[in-house]
Amino acid sequence: MKELFRRAPKAFTPGEQTPDQQTPDNMWVKCPSCGELTYVKQLRDNLKVCRCGYHMRLSAVEWTGLFDSDSFVEHDGNITPLDPLNFVSPKDNYAQKLRESQHNTGLYDAMIGGEASLMGQPLQVTITEFEFIGGSMGSVFGEKIARAAERAYELRVPLLTINASGGARMHEGVISLMQLPKVNLALARLGSIGMPHIAVMTDPCYGGVLASYASVADVIIAEPGARIGFAGRRVIEQTIRQKLPANFQSAEFLLEHGMIDMIVPRNEMRLTLARLLRLYTTRDTSAAPIAADV
Amino acid sequence: MKTALTAWDKVQISRNVQRPRTLDYVRILCDDFFEFHGDRRYADDAAIVAGVGRIMGRSVMIVGHQKGRDTRENMKRNFGMPKPDGYRKALRLFHHAEKFALPVICLIDTPGADPSMESESRGQGNAIAENILIMAQLRTPLVSFVIGEGGSGGALAIGVTDRIFMLEHSIYSVAAPEASAAILWRDSSKAADAAKTMRITAQDLHEMGIVDAIVPEPEGGAHLDPENTVRKVGDLIMNSLEELSAIPTQTLLDQRYQKYRVIGAFNTLATNQHGNGEPLVFP
Repeated sequence: MKELFRRAPKAFTPGEQTPDQQTPDNMWVKCPSCGELTYVKQLRDNLKVCRCGYHMRLSAVEWTGLFDSDSFVEHDGNITPLDPLNFVSPKDNYAQKLRESQHNTGLYDAMIGGEASLMGQPLQVTITEFEFIGGSMGSVFGEKIARAAERAYELRVPLLTINASGGARMHEGVISLMQLPKVNLALARLGSIGMPHIAVMTDPCYGGVLASYASVADVIIAEPGARIGFAGRRVIEQTIRQKLPANFQSAEFLLEHGMIDMIVPRNEMRLTLARLLRLYTTRDTSAAPIAADV
Repeated sequence: MKTALTAWDKVQISRNVQRPRTLDYVRILCDDFFEFHGDRRYADDAAIVAGVGRIMGRSVMIVGHQKGRDTRENMKRNFGMPKPDGYRKALRLFHHAEKFALPVICLIDTPGADPSMESESRGQGNAIAENILIMAQLRTPLVSFVIGEGGSGGALAIGVTDRIFMLEHSIYSVAAPEASAAILWRDSSKAADAAKTMRITAQDLHEMGIVDAIVPEPEGGAHLDPENTVRKVGDLIMNSLEELSAIPTQTLLDQRYQKYRVIGAFNTLATNQHGNGEPLVFP
């Protein structure tokens, strides 16, 4: 294992974003945790992890760099949200919110799904986009995971979900809630043929995402410092009328309480996932070692 | 008269303290019943009552949220908000039902899952998720009935079933109206607006195709004639279980898959999303 670790690349390069979304190269980014300024290019080279260890959030497109070069092929990129409740309130207009988020992210909704390979191993993936209404789980989100899980079932490959979500999409009401069983039904079917679902929880993972597929994945990996919980911190503080400890609902807190399998820093994520995938998909002991990425 | 009720009126009726609760259903419908306690892991959560009973000569597993009628009972029942222990008790008894081929009746009546430090520490999200995952595959018929409030994942954790029914003035929502207002507008006093905007009534859910049937309530609400309402609910449940019991297990599971698989509102376009493309024009 040691040798494998040395031979394999230590990291992945975040996928490129389209020019108008890219931060100008001459910009410095302030770490929300330690306040230190880092040159954007340097930060990207470091997978957007600050020198202090703080993991800044990646966009869904950036996460696609996790996979073997050019191996990510998007599926269901043509599914778009509707406004089933005709949600208009004095303070909020869902259709408008969707348009704004679509403009800001270039995505139709908060999720991309597709196929990829990781150090030569094929898999189905879904990645959330937190910048799209807080990565909230509505119809498109649910449909894309269900389809990814169904493709994984058909092709007999593992499913990887990379998650950052505030919870269910309020604007689609109970239809959002019903995405939880929809997704879990598809995952149960995948599990029935012995194919694993590996969930990566990045900051944050709350509500519906946690109460459906993420917390019952076969392997649960969290990024350092990711906040993970069912109820939001504000809600709990209002309920118990006292301040919560600082580390409450952190990945470290969840590990201590037995809720996740491991915490993996971003620069080790690619290799960790590749090694895990091999353990679950290679039944042949003479199989070749994980190929180094090129 | 009935049609004049607003969504917020229905929220109030669904929360009426005299509204029949799970144990009232058990008392009226069962000619025999044993309550089973505990999750065999940590505790017995009184916000969920569960046990095996007999209705119309048939043995059934009953799992339901239980609210209290006074402060003391509400403290004990945590206002019908289960902790992970409650969901894990339900999970244990779902497995039990499968083992002994008992059909499962779930009575839903909760504002939501307990939001506390204690529940988070013991994995509230995981407890709910596990139940959803197991109910999805349970090899016995399941029926759920929303008898009061169907609040969020807290309801769904005992609500993934072959049939979903609602009482006329019950509600089912992605989050309780107060919580919805707090999340959407950071103002829980706008709960009435949230109730209206988010389409949470039994009639809304029936229109959306999520709920299979609605049982009418006496004018003013079920609390004005609990006995009759409960019997009507019992009749629908038992008829439905009879019908479901005749379906071969694999077919039942396939139908359950399809029931939830088709829920969702989306469009399919000819073009894929990519980068920062032009924003979409909405219908």
